[in-house]
Amino acid sequence: MRRAALSALWSHWRRHPFQLLTLILGLALATALWSGVQAINAEARASYDAASEAVGGTRPVLIRDGGEIDQATYIALRRAGWQVSPIVEGWLFTEAGRVRLVGIDPLTAPAEIAVATTVLDGEISDFFTPPGQLIASAATAERLRDPGLPPVLVAEGMAPSLAFTDIGIAQRLLGMEGRITRLIVRETQPLTIPPLSAIAPDLTRRDSGGQADLARLTDSFHLNLTAFGLLSFAVGLFIVHGAIALAFEQRRPVFRTLRALGLPARDLTLLLVAELLAFAVVAGALGVALGYLIAAALLPDVAATLRGLYGAPVEGALAFRPVWWAAGFAIAVAGTAAASAGALWKIARLPVLAPARPRAWAMASQATLWLQLAAAGALAALSLATILFGSGLVAGFVMLGALLLAAALLLPAILSAVLAVAARGAKSVLAQWFWADTRQQLPGLSLALMALLLALAANIGVGTMVSSFRLTFTGWLDQRLASELYVTAETNEQADEMVAFLEPLTDAILPIWNVEAQVLGAPAEIFGVADHATYRDHWPLLSASAGVWDAVAAGEAVLVNEQLARRERLTPGDTIALPGGTLTVGGVYSDYGNPLAQVLIGVDALVARFPDVERTGYGLRLPPDRLDAVRTALTRDFGLPPDNMIDQQAIKAFSLQVFDRTFTVTGALNVLTLAVAGFAILTSLLTLAAMRLPQLAPAWALGLTRAQLARLELGRALMLAALTMVLAVPVGLVLAWVLLAVINVEAFGWRLPMHLFPRDWAVLGVLALVAAGLASLWPAVKLSRVPPSQLLKVFSNER
Amino acid sequence: MNARALTSLRSSRLSATLGALFLLLFTTLTHAQGFAGLGSTADDGFSVPQRGTPFTFPEDHGPHPDYRIEWWYVTATLTGADGRDYGIQWTLFRSALRPETGPGWEDPQIWMGHAGLTTPDAHFVAERFARGGVGQAGVTAAPFDAYIDEWHMRGPSLSEVNLTAQGTDFSYDLNLATDKPFVPQGDMGYSVKSGGGQASYYYSQPFYEVSGTLTLPDGPVAVTGNAWLDREWSSQPLSDTQTGWDWFSLVFDTGERLMGFRLRDTAGPDYTAATWITEDGDPTPFPDGAFAADPLGETEVAGRDVPTRWRVRLPDRDLDVTVEALYPNAWMETSFPYWEGPVSFTGTHSGRGYLEMTGYE
Amino acid sequence: MLLTVTDLSKSFPGDPGPVRVLDGISLRLAAGETLALTGESGSGKSTLLHVIAGMEAPDAGEVTLGDTAISTLDDKGRARLRRETVSVIFQQFNLIPSLDVAANIAFQARLADRHDADWCATLTDRLGLAEHAAKYPEQLSGGQQQRVAIGRALAGKPPLVLADEPTGNLDEATGDAVIDLMLELVSETGAGLLMVTHSDRLAARLTRRLHLSRGRVA
Repeated sequence: MRRAALSALWSHWRRHPFQLLTLILGLALATALWSGVQAINAEARASYDAASEAVGGTRPVLIRDGGEIDQATYIALRRAGWQVSPIVEGWLFTEAGRVRLVGIDPLTAPAEIAVATTVLDGEISDFFTPPGQLIASAATAERLRDPGLPPVLVAEGMAPSLAFTDIGIAQRLLGMEGRITRLIVRETQPLTIPPLSAIAPDLTRRDSGGQADLARLTDSFHLNLTAFGLLSFAVGLFIVHGAIALAFEQRRPVFRTLRALGLPARDLTLLLVAELLAFAVVAGALGVALGYLIAAALLPDVAATLRGLYGAPVEGALAFRPVWWAAGFAIAVAGTAAASAGALWKIARLPVLAPARPRAWAMASQATLWLQLAAAGALAALSLATILFGSGLVAGFVMLGALLLAAALLLPAILSAVLAVAARGAKSVLAQWFWADTRQQLPGLSLALMALLLALAANIGVGTMVSSFRLTFTGWLDQRLASELYVTAETNEQADEMVAFLEPLTDAILPIWNVEAQVLGAPAEIFGVADHATYRDHWPLLSASAGVWDAVAAGEAVLVNEQLARRERLTPGDTIALPGGTLTVGGVYSDYGNPLAQVLIGVDALVARFPDVERTGYGLRLPPDRLDAVRTALTRDFGLPPDNMIDQQAIKAFSLQVFDRTFTVTGALNVLTLAVAGFAILTSLLTLAAMRLPQLAPAWALGLTRAQLARLELGRALMLAALTMVLAVPVGLVLAWVLLAVINVEAFGWRLPMHLFPRDWAVLGVLALVAAGLASLWPAVKLSRVPPSQLLKVFSNER
Repeated sequence: MNARALTSLRSSRLSATLGALFLLLFTTLTHAQGFAGLGSTADDGFSVPQRGTPFTFPEDHGPHPDYRIEWWYVTATLTGADGRDYGIQWTLFRSALRPETGPGWEDPQIWMGHAGLTTPDAHFVAERFARGGVGQAGVTAAPFDAYIDEWHMRGPSLSEVNLTAQGTDFSYDLNLATDKPFVPQGDMGYSVKSGGGQASYYYSQPFYEVSGTLTLPDGPVAVTGNAWLDREWSSQPLSDTQTGWDWFSLVFDTGERLMGFRLRDTAGPDYTAATWITEDGDPTPFPDGAFAADPLGETEVAGRDVPTRWRVRLPDRDLDVTVEALYPNAWMETSFPYWEGPVSFTGTHSGRGYLEMTGYE
Repeated sequence: MLLTVTDLSKSFPGDPGPVRVLDGISLRLAAGETLALTGESGSGKSTLLHVIAGMEAPDAGEVTLGDTAISTLDDKGRARLRRETVSVIFQQFNLIPSLDVAANIAFQARLADRHDADWCATLTDRLGLAEHAAKYPEQLSGGQQQRVAIGRALAGKPPLVLADEPTGNLDEATGDAVIDLMLELVSETGAGLLMVTHSDRLAARLTRRLHLSRGRVA
């Protein structure tokens, strides 16, 4: 019985392969975008975990605020019984980007770290003695093939962008002889050990060292991606919902006949569930495969962003992870279930003698419109409530989601109202028919138009956010990078000689010295700043108390960056606890693109607090025409490598490059979402086309040519797309405002001014029209070629 | 005693948690093994013990980095104020990757510490590793100081030292002193380990009197007793067919001492050697075959059968005793596990001592 | 007795009050018997047919097919009844548009798991559909579609065939030909036939005739 019934159900798809394609493709696209984003996130997270694990990230560590640990302190701890293992860490700069170098002592390291050395074949002394050996993953090893570096051994399962070496070799490569980055505390300690304060009072214990911070820093980035993935999935679901609803409506007579011929309702429902499940699995597989391709295409940029912006160790290569493979299937099935629940419910309760004609789907129902309006109102209220009472990143995204959904649900009602007004103003009978007919068609198209609205609004919102950010960022760079040339000496001694040498050649030599420290319980940078007009004139202050620069120069006040100020609710006049004593906050400055908290302190105060601060970096003020001369002199007299001298232009270019790369992914997802929406319009129009014949046949019979009808159909699609685009602009701007004023503040800690870019909207509008035009072209051409006999059939036969 | 650490190495299995260390010492082993059959030939520039080389003290108390392997090995039989018997072991191993020293982390000398404490019903173990060159472990001859992490054996001289070690659940702090001479083993300190001629430099100080404190999970115990130091260095391991080692240090109630060992061989008869030491420290070495040690009973320890009752004979001195472990489960669960613990013996002679057994699988 | 209808009543909600469509109808039909149900529009003919096919439940009364009282059956049981015991020929044919003629004819028999390829071939041949076997319903004329529906109803050799104005959508000549074929084939299978029609001419060709008026047997 079921086989016969199944063959009848399946024969529908055989006869309407395009509908099947729509359904599968819609679901696959939705799944693809979602699982692609998930794959990227999973890859990045796995990388963090691997990197964190590789350097004992979950173990407690001993660190020294504002600097490295003296090796003598390490030995003193060991000689007192403390079971700690030293880690030396730093960046290796290669032509192919930087790699984190981790120096370990295999003899004292915890097993999960020491195990890396099992790759050594035989002579461990080659690992210990210069030139030493590096151990890295195959991909990282490629970047480390450099005559200036030790030979590289490739090890399976190594964390990306990370190389192990012996501690002594690491100290040598990083210029950190006698210094240690941190000490890993072993889980078992001997019976009696003296307290830490008795041996090394300058060290503090942190319960999980390593990369916990990294996950925190990059959380916002990943949340952004996830939100985009969800948006794409939502847009995809509109397609799936439309396709499934259509498929069910079209087959209603078949369902009725099957019931009349003796198929129980339960069996019919089960068969339909099985059918949908099969589609979901096929589409899921397709979607996950597509998602893999998307992720593989986007990951290099994401990895570059994460490395550049956060220093996170992520490679551009995608590994196969069953987690998101399974998640992709799950979301495909869940999506199908969500999209088909209503239709299935109706089928299960369908009386045998229900009207056999496709009806509800294509008919305007005032009740539905009211229902949508009510839902839109509720969602708008939720959105408003979230912004008023909620806080945090998740609340921000909830608010965005509610806002977008409300706008989408509102769309049919607004379009319907606009069309009604237009119909009233229409003079000719043809125009009246056009408007009325368009309005009647609206319910069938509204899902696709909602998808388009979402895609356009997201595009405008994100585009406005990115462009506003870029504009602000560029201006900020100009302010912040006031020095013409930035130089870094090899040693403190060389730096002193260099300063003496540069004195007569430059207008000013501004020290750029900094230490990394814990400020208010989180990692932060503390920069020393000289008392100079360059800062007074250029530094991008957001707020400041009077005479702030004098107070900073005197070592009485500090400046904090916006992200720190927002996080800790600091305003000028507050005090802030810093390593070495509490100071007053004199002002707040903008510091875009920096994930860390930052404190600006007078350079003398910095040296007083951190006597062993590296004093090698300087910004030079000098007339541009002297730039090359100074550069040449530094190379000639001090042997400074070109990498140690970067001019303003180069830094700006690099910063903007990092910035642009950060949003490459956003841009790509934007385009994909728009493409999905275009596809939604195409499928809606194509499926409607078949049902449109009875509506068009009378117009044809009354004297319109098929070509005229086709042109009207095309015009109708363009007009609806244009209307949707107009409505998308305000929605997109609200979205942009939320992104800039709520999400950015929560995610990154800075608030950006909003700028408007009408030209971008125009471009997007044209794109939307092109998409809608292309989507409606095919059905229109089909209509213009429909044989008159088929139109006649409308009259000869009810169906 | 040369053989024991090396056979330990051979019996070891790669364990994931100790992969790195295994590798270090595995290197030592494979290289040494490859040249074992060539007798006195040095490989990789390592020095090789030569017959007829007298010791010079205190210099020879310090390290010999041009030899592949070396140890400072203390065992003590103790009696507590509570009347119970105890034993402790304190060992500092030195293993050279190359026959030289170097500055800082480049130093190719690797150090390993083992500490054991045995009671009649428990056995405690601790283990430490360190790189030479950075000050985490090392030995100086005068004033004498041997250390790894917070463990030390510190003189003024090697005749009067303070000995400490601790693990997660035990510690000891003992004072060792003697006015008796150091006792060369074998042929004036040249100790042959096989018929093939493998040998080491080997001397002992079996006469320490000990007092101090053990700290056990139940609290501190004051102890007194005897301690025995073995100093040995070499670049050659056992021969390929020698699978393990049974080593006895016996202290007779009469005040005399006996060191005897048996090297088990798969290819032929076992190789044995012994030294009878008078109360004044005069040694009499005995050649292969004079000393005999035969298992009387086994105990299952850490999944293997280990002989913990022995019949030990030295017919030349009318010695025939039954040796019994104080605590049969004295298993050293270190990277290269072995059995080491205090014993007592009865028969023609009686007294206490230490037993070490390696290579039981 | 093949079919026994006892005192059947059925009302539908209406304005101002419920409309009584069936009002105490009783009838009996033996195997091999053909019965015409006539009456003007709204006399309750179709409703009676639907109730007998188990597609609609009566307010009162009972329909008994062989030994089985329909009221004792659940949805599953009534569906089984339609598969195996009662076949319905609809005025609108209700073919499955995505199946070709051959598949449509075989469909109900396959649904009932009693497909007989030879019989289907014979039916297709006798119904004059052999050359159209691979066509889809939309490519057929109305008369051809109704012949497919008749073939489908008889393919499983059900004991009872219900026909609801089977020629209502056909012109007279085509309708007569279809009826001839239907009667011929029904009698060959030995099934009972209950046919709703408003044509006296057609009704006269059946063995018995029952006239309904305002829900009662007139």
